[in-house]
Amino acid sequence: MDLDFSAEDIAFRDQVRDFLAENLPAVLSRKVESGARLGKQDMEQWHSILNAKGWLANHWPIEWGGTGWSVLQRFIFETEAAMAHAPRTVPFGISMLAPVLIKYGSEEQKRYFLPRILDGTDWWCQGFSEPGAGSDLASLKTKAVRDGDRYVVNGQKTWTTLGQYADWIFCLVRTSADGRKQKGISFLLIDMRSPGIELRPIKLLDGDFEVNEVFFTDVQVPVENLVGEENHGWAYAKYLLTYERTNIAGVGGSIAQFERLRKMVARASGATLDRVSNPVFQHRLAKLEIALENMKTTNLRVLSAAGSGNAPSAHSSMLKIKGTEIRQEIHELMCRVAGPKARPFHIAALEHGPDTELGSPHGLESVASQYFNNRKLSIFGGSNEIQREIISKQILEL
Amino acid sequence: MLADSMRRLLADKLDMEVREEARLSESGIPSDLWSNLAELGVIGALFPETIGGFGGSAWDVATVFEQAGRALVPGPFLGTLMAGHLLAQAGEAELLEKVIGGELIVTCAVPGSPSASPNLQIESKQGSTRLTGALEAVEYASAAEYVVAVFHSDSSPSAVLLKLVQEGCTVRSYPMIDLGTGADIHLESVSVELLATNVDDIKTTLAIGVLACCWEAVGLMSEIFEQTLEYLRTRQQFGTPIGKFQALQHRMADLAIELEQARSSAINAASHFGSDPRERDRFCSAAKYSVGSIGQRVAEEAIQLHGGIGMTWELPLSHYAKRLIMLNQVLGDDDLHLSRFVELSTAA
Repeated sequence: MDLDFSAEDIAFRDQVRDFLAENLPAVLSRKVESGARLGKQDMEQWHSILNAKGWLANHWPIEWGGTGWSVLQRFIFETEAAMAHAPRTVPFGISMLAPVLIKYGSEEQKRYFLPRILDGTDWWCQGFSEPGAGSDLASLKTKAVRDGDRYVVNGQKTWTTLGQYADWIFCLVRTSADGRKQKGISFLLIDMRSPGIELRPIKLLDGDFEVNEVFFTDVQVPVENLVGEENHGWAYAKYLLTYERTNIAGVGGSIAQFERLRKMVARASGATLDRVSNPVFQHRLAKLEIALENMKTTNLRVLSAAGSGNAPSAHSSMLKIKGTEIRQEIHELMCRVAGPKARPFHIAALEHGPDTELGSPHGLESVASQYFNNRKLSIFGGSNEIQREIISKQILEL
Repeated sequence: MLADSMRRLLADKLDMEVREEARLSESGIPSDLWSNLAELGVIGALFPETIGGFGGSAWDVATVFEQAGRALVPGPFLGTLMAGHLLAQAGEAELLEKVIGGELIVTCAVPGSPSASPNLQIESKQGSTRLTGALEAVEYASAAEYVVAVFHSDSSPSAVLLKLVQEGCTVRSYPMIDLGTGADIHLESVSVELLATNVDDIKTTLAIGVLACCWEAVGLMSEIFEQTLEYLRTRQQFGTPIGKFQALQHRMADLAIELEQARSSAINAASHFGSDPRERDRFCSAAKYSVGSIGQRVAEEAIQLHGGIGMTWELPLSHYAKRLIMLNQVLGDDDLHLSRFVELSTAA
């Protein structure tokens, strides 16, 4: 494949850069750059700016609001947005549910839900994992029993990211106990305001509340909210998960974060300069840079092989593993650069970003928090262990 | 024996709630814990009899710090150890007695390398020594009455005794992301006492600090490993305890080996502590490198093997893992010590 940017690609890249320069609010990009925590309004603001341009759902079919971009153009956009320190798009509605609705949903569901995802009316969260169903997702127990024109749902989901902001949840539920566990799963759309739903926040090791437990007690769900066919949900879930994986690999984001690391190194003085001048550190940085360059191409090759508009293949598991390891290592090296300065925990700087008196433009306050938060990358979205299973079975056929 | 009584005391007094309360408190130390430890002789164990302690050997330091790691104790152990040794070298017997008794906390600001030396201007005026500048991230300064600050001026190290409650000295304290508290100390022409210590004293103090960190790391990683083993035996997925999966078994086997290597490196450092300074420092760097790099691997693997639970605040393991990883940044990380090992191994 030819990786050189054509004249059109360069023109496109410049168009993206111009858009970002004119439309990405400085307050937002400074927050993202320094690693401060984003609030609901921050994320919604960026979604609405992107949507006004028509660029929010850039991998959807054009008929539903997509851009018709090539794989390379999507990659260019992702990278430039990350380099400009734009917030990451919240993936649940745009990149996870939407592909499933587009491929498997009814016309009514598409006409109703897709525009509401785009315009920000509905914030979606994911109801997949359960306390007893993590890696073994298919063993999920949350039950949906058909009762006339509705399902009655009972059970518990966990690790539901940003559930506290969500209007709707897409859920994998058990609709049959006959036969293989994968054969009894359905894909249901549930309104978070339904009576019987209780949300409990889970505090993570970095002190933030990013995920939740969601409890369902006799929750009534209209049968129209079933996606596709009953008991066919596992196939839809697998389809969705290939998108989730590629998203988590986040190559564009890594390029931007690596630049941030490079800047931290360039600004070093005193003991920090000694640390980064150490050949041992220099080798770490060099190896990481090489891995990232390699990864950019691997990412493009995998996405190109799938082709525009298709789900990424089993090779997306490779992207997930390598992409997350690179992301984690970038933040590990940031901690190494910060050294003893990584330890002080300044909650004000984390919450408000670099405009507080404590905040430094280097974003040193956040590096340890981000490093610890990023330990989740190799665990969620299908742990890297599960991804290796997928590679072994589906690609290597061992 | 000291190890056992320390372990029992800490098992009794410490849980995650107590640690978190301490982290957000002014002092960073669970109330009464420091005096309890002093009563038990834990602080005294860090210093030789010649200066009023009960032990003071490298092995005594190892014992105390391994248990501190095992129990994830918030407390100014490292600061006390290093400040105490410098006070002893300088002949400050009275102060040291109070430190050993647990009535007085003196913590220490020691740069891990000359380039990490704080920017301090020292001026002598009419027999008094005054200091202007800043000390960053001094552990448990808000719990202390004094700080012993080491800094390098004209490439030779000096140690001063700084009384914190005085005009011109402001202490801004905050929690550390891993354990306890730290503080930034701002000094405006503050009166300090120059301590009668020499270069060798300071180097020895740094070495004993490094040794102590190595043993705390060994304690932490042993505890982390055991908790992870237990989790693998109990957590079920796919109809079986996940510890039955060969991939995970092999990873645990590898960690078990590395853990033994880490402990051995700390044993080597303690064994060679009485050698000539170059040998002593070489083994200390070998150990700090070993526990730093192995510690990071153990901590990251432990979180990973716990899956989503490993990411939660509620699980004590996540806090142990944070401490082990951040401990690598105290008194020089694995990269620094690897380079130092190379330097010290190169013919003089």
